[in-house]
Amino acid sequence: MARRAQRRILPGYGLSLGMTWLYLGLLVLIPLCGLFLKTFTLTWEQFWATVAAPRALAAYRLTFGASFVAASVNAVFGLLVAWVLVRYRFPGKGLVDALVDLPFALPTAVAGLTLTSLYSSNGWYGRYLEAAGIKVAFSSLGVAVALTFIGLPFVVRTVQPVLEDIDADVEEAAATLGATPWQTFTRVIFPSILPALLSGFALALARAIGEYGSVVFISGNMPMRTEIAPLLIITRLEQYDYAGATAIAIVMLVASFVMLLAINLLQRWSYRRLETRPG
Amino acid sequence: MSPLRFTLLLLTATLLPLLGGCSKPDGASTESVTLLNVSYDPTRELYEEFNAAFVKHWEATKGTKLTLKQSHGGSGKQARAVIDGLEADIVTLALAYDVDMLHDKAGLIPKDWQARLPNNSSPYTSTIVFVVRKGNPKGIRDWEDLIKPGISVITPNPKTSGGARWNYLAAWGYALHKAGGDESKAREFVTSLFRNVPVLDSGARGSTTTFAERGLGDVLIAWENEAFLLTEEVGKDRFEIIVPSESILAEPPVTVVDKNVDKRGSRAVAEAYLQYLYSEAGQEIAAKHHYRPRSPAVAAKYASRFPSVRLFTIDEVFGGWRLAQRTHFDDSGVFDLIYTPSAK
Repeated sequence: MARRAQRRILPGYGLSLGMTWLYLGLLVLIPLCGLFLKTFTLTWEQFWATVAAPRALAAYRLTFGASFVAASVNAVFGLLVAWVLVRYRFPGKGLVDALVDLPFALPTAVAGLTLTSLYSSNGWYGRYLEAAGIKVAFSSLGVAVALTFIGLPFVVRTVQPVLEDIDADVEEAAATLGATPWQTFTRVIFPSILPALLSGFALALARAIGEYGSVVFISGNMPMRTEIAPLLIITRLEQYDYAGATAIAIVMLVASFVMLLAINLLQRWSYRRLETRPG
Repeated sequence: MSPLRFTLLLLTATLLPLLGGCSKPDGASTESVTLLNVSYDPTRELYEEFNAAFVKHWEATKGTKLTLKQSHGGSGKQARAVIDGLEADIVTLALAYDVDMLHDKAGLIPKDWQARLPNNSSPYTSTIVFVVRKGNPKGIRDWEDLIKPGISVITPNPKTSGGARWNYLAAWGYALHKAGGDESKAREFVTSLFRNVPVLDSGARGSTTTFAERGLGDVLIAWENEAFLLTEEVGKDRFEIIVPSESILAEPPVTVVDKNVDKRGSRAVAEAYLQYLYSEAGQEIAAKHHYRPRSPAVAAKYASRFPSVRLFTIDEVFGGWRLAQRTHFDDSGVFDLIYTPSAK
């Protein structure tokens, strides 16, 4: 049997676990089973022809590639934003803090339309970028930009509380032992926030992979070039090919699951390293 | 339509009959009837006006209260919502293929639904025209001009937009006639046309935005009613409509959803609703919203608005929607081959 929690705060282990299973079952498990069942109506050949078509492969490459780039950019700049929010006091800090969550709240289609009008060839940013030879809207770069936008809050919001928890004495101790600020950051602070940074990265990545609304406007949806995998699913639905749509969905689901699992393991490993480090 | 509004509509559509069923188990409540018309995006204003007119007409002739609800979205998406259980009494969609699927996938209507009302069950029509920038700087007159090198053409993605399928088939039909029925010539023509398309928006309104707001492209291929909206109501003095020498007769179909109206006891009013679309009053409203009326009298009245074009139908050239969909737009259809030449 499962181990009981040491201290019971919520009443009744049985009740709360039961509720957890029911909740997850209704919201996650049953819909996902439905997805798999629908796919099983395809023969193996049909499944393979659907998910391994050149167009599908190109779409996976773009979706996973751009999502990875976006999550990486957010890992770097999200960390910076979290750092600034935790370590400094400045006028307008509350506003910046609230701005971070905006990509969560904004309907994705609104985000997509806005980004597209900014980055298209006669948009505010787009006209200068295009003059410099950089095409953002209707290119894979544009897809990465949209995915970066929607993924921003994840890294900031996972790293922020961990940064807040780091005791000042740890840094002071490092300084008294003769560490340079850079050494203090890379050897003391960074390892402690790495697990949080990794989970922020994973969340941003997962969100980006499934994103549809904000990307369809800026991507231009050109087959083989700027077509994202979620668009292929919509394309299948337009043909009333429900099974084909779920087949692609399953490929994405499995790929995402494997990636998230890998990041989780990495995160655990870095936690363990953190805990067993000689103190 | 926003997802929130859609969900709310869906909820009301599913909950209302439930509530009604609870309070009056014997059914047959004629005091207050609700009808849901599930339609596609650009008909919102048309049905707002038509619904108000029909409610007035119904209440005056029958003396019973009537509430009309409308739902708008992409044609295919709307059809799928009905298939998945959205209790539409009436569907008014962009193409017959989407209505066919109500029969094929869910058995909601009989197979011969399109023969039940006059004119292929489409009370108003439209056609595919071009919108160019004021003064027509690139001198675009006909389909031939769209395949010239250096011309940038804006049209949505036929894989995700019903409207875009009409655009594509209009180009194909023109090329096929021009080449005396040579399929490979038509395919070549459409291939070079799509080579001039820099962006494939997922829906017709998206393409309109790309062309009008983002300033992309020299010509927008659009439904005539959308083109009117753009030239008369959105961008006065910014755009011009060019009517090609030949185009397709776009017939947006309407039908009652038999399973739903029989369950809800709303058949009589749903049928009257569709009949009213064919009446003089209904035809007037359609014409006012830039759809070509079927009634000769109303058409004559609005003749100056709708220039005459040589129009071909999807049945004549493509053998109907099912065949057109299978040949051109389904997976590994002609449209896919245009974009994946390496895959053979």
